[in-house]
Amino acid sequence: MTDVTPNAGGNRAGNSLATQDARTKRRNRAEARFKAYGLTAILVGIFFLVVLAVSIIRSGSPAFTRTVVDVEFALSQAQINEAEEQLFKTAAYAAFFTDALKRQIDESGMEVAVDEDAIERIIGKPGSTIREFFQANPDRIGTPVTFELAASSRVDGYFNGRVTRESMQDSRFLMAGDLDLVDALAEAGVIRSSINWTFITGADSGVDNPGAAGIGASVVGSFFMMLVVLVLSLPIGVAASIYLEEFAPRNRFTDLIEVNISNLAAVPSIVFGILGLAIFIQFAHLPQSAPLVGGLVLTLMTLPTIIISTRASLRAVPPSIRDAALGVGASKMQSVFHHVLPLAMPGILTGTIIGLAQALGETAPLLLIGMVGFVARGYPDGIVSGFMDPNSAMPAQIYTWAARADASFYEKAWGGIIVLLVFLLTMNIIAIILRRRFERRW
Amino acid sequence: MSLLKTTVSAAALAALAAGSAAARDNVQVAGSSTVLPYASIVAELFGDNTDFPTPVIESGGSSSGLKRFCEGVGENTIDVANASRAIREKEIKACAENGVTDIIEVRIGYDGIVFASQQSGPAFTAFEPTDIFNAIGAQILKDGEIVTNPHNTWSEFNSDLPDAEIAMFIPGTKHGTREVFEEKVLLIGCEETGAMKAMMDGGMSEDDAEDACLDVRTDGKSVDIDGDYTETLARIDANTNGIGVFGLAFYENNTDKLKVATMSGVTPSTETIASGEYPVSRPLFFYVKKAHIGVIPGLKEYAGFFIADEIAGPKGPLANYGLVSDPELADVQATVANEKVIGGGS
Repeated sequence: MTDVTPNAGGNRAGNSLATQDARTKRRNRAEARFKAYGLTAILVGIFFLVVLAVSIIRSGSPAFTRTVVDVEFALSQAQINEAEEQLFKTAAYAAFFTDALKRQIDESGMEVAVDEDAIERIIGKPGSTIREFFQANPDRIGTPVTFELAASSRVDGYFNGRVTRESMQDSRFLMAGDLDLVDALAEAGVIRSSINWTFITGADSGVDNPGAAGIGASVVGSFFMMLVVLVLSLPIGVAASIYLEEFAPRNRFTDLIEVNISNLAAVPSIVFGILGLAIFIQFAHLPQSAPLVGGLVLTLMTLPTIIISTRASLRAVPPSIRDAALGVGASKMQSVFHHVLPLAMPGILTGTIIGLAQALGETAPLLLIGMVGFVARGYPDGIVSGFMDPNSAMPAQIYTWAARADASFYEKAWGGIIVLLVFLLTMNIIAIILRRRFERRW
Repeated sequence: MSLLKTTVSAAALAALAAGSAAARDNVQVAGSSTVLPYASIVAELFGDNTDFPTPVIESGGSSSGLKRFCEGVGENTIDVANASRAIREKEIKACAENGVTDIIEVRIGYDGIVFASQQSGPAFTAFEPTDIFNAIGAQILKDGEIVTNPHNTWSEFNSDLPDAEIAMFIPGTKHGTREVFEEKVLLIGCEETGAMKAMMDGGMSEDDAEDACLDVRTDGKSVDIDGDYTETLARIDANTNGIGVFGLAFYENNTDKLKVATMSGVTPSTETIASGEYPVSRPLFFYVKKAHIGVIPGLKEYAGFFIADEIAGPKGPLANYGLVSDPELADVQATVANEKVIGGGS
């Protein structure tokens, strides 16, 4: 390198250390340039991160508020009996509600045209909320109850700016005249915006009922999947890497295993989905759409990541530690478990959390085992049903919402991304805390 | 230590797997992404209105749904396949080979296929099947000769259409919609332009000519969309000249972004589709495995609930979402009630 050749043929004499010669200046300039490149790279990164964060939050925040209609009304036992006799019970409940709201508007003396169809276009699908409430609280039958019910997706869009009077076109979903009624009701305080707890706690809903859709059930699904992944892949992965790194003889066979592990880490995730379908569902007869199967498939996907990072952190432990342990008479196993493994722990945990985070965001393998689609089972009843009952996962739920026709679901998909990011952030914070606790210096 | 953990977790897993031998309690459905919205509406209502758990509905396209349907009988196979086209003879055969012999066909209603473009884009307001064929057919008739499609803009072959680049986004081959698009638009266009006759005069057999009519140009002017309509919408959003093929219900949900073109002079709407005036429409189906009725709880109830007057009738929630309800719904209800399978018998 030219840098190390000391001024061949140059006239060093006469140069003071205080003044820079041309070469030093050039070197300093190169360093300054390099710093500038680095800074630019970081700034570009930050810029994209900010753009991404702002666009996610801006598109997703409407999902966390919703427009609700407050209505106080009572149902008699006779009305409930009448509704329960029908096939489409929730529609009957919704009809009682529409009547009550119409009466309330008529009595309030608002000067606005009201007909039942308009009310049906403004409110969402109140039937199931009402039915569930009275089934859970039979003692409230006959007494006035105030319900906070979700408005239809178009009215919701009108409140958060997605639908404007200019952009909307009359359809059976919403007429221009309905907006006058909405304005009047908003002024009277019957329709208002509120925080959308349903979005955080609820399960998926039908495509015509975005007001009832929530991500909560799929968060639980993701949680159970991650549990399976953690419980299986951490012990298997760590055991495999300790054996390969510390005990296994170096021969053709272990080389072959090593190459295969590296290869598996690069296999597209959909391949694991196909494998999962063939082995876990068609051969082992595990239930379809179950978080257990999802977790097993993701375990296969995560294992190589964990093994590779665990081996790297085992290799990073200085040989002097091993030698010292062996030197004072520890057995090979004692040296590994008492000295090497604790020192490698922070690296292993980081690798595991990165593997889990990757698995958390994976949709493709879930496609084939039936976890992507309309899975609206609600919350599992217990631990076993949490593993075995059909459920979705967060990325699958986001994917499903993004494909729906109603723009309101598109907002919910972005809202789901926010929830997913919060989940990931929590996992990373846990990883950092664990790493700090286990970290040892020597 | 790790070994112990591994053994324990493996044992726990085995215990869980053993527990799963209990019967599946929910209906499992897969298939057409066109039927998916309707099925999800019904599934939610079914869960809300009955004591059965909400069915699980997967998407993926008619063909892949029917393929999974025909994999066999048993709890680890699906109970119902949604399809935006009728089941084919060779699919029935494939089913029978795997032991799926008794299939109940349920027609839920009709769906229109519309051609829509950006609200503020060029004035694509009226199409004929011939226009679509001239725009995206691989081989077309020009000046009495069959040539490889040379057209770049719409006005080159129809001066009534805007002078805009041809950019069509059509459903991919795994979608049932593609078959209807081919049959009711491309083939008709091919016949009406005279291209089919010219091909047959050129020595092709009728079948070969029909196949050639359905070939779509591959130079990027026509793009197959394998995803959902939202993907088509995103492509249209990004391309002022883009024309997409959508389901009527999807278009009606997005009238603020899309404008629709008439086909053969008829505006698509539930009324014109129900009356049969609008030419590009097709029936939607779902198929039920009879062997699963009585094994999977709620399967027959789900099928019956789906096509009840209150749900699939003209005033029901499906019609409100954009399904054109079946005028012969009573016959369909009888089919389900009597568990009448394809190919006669009951």
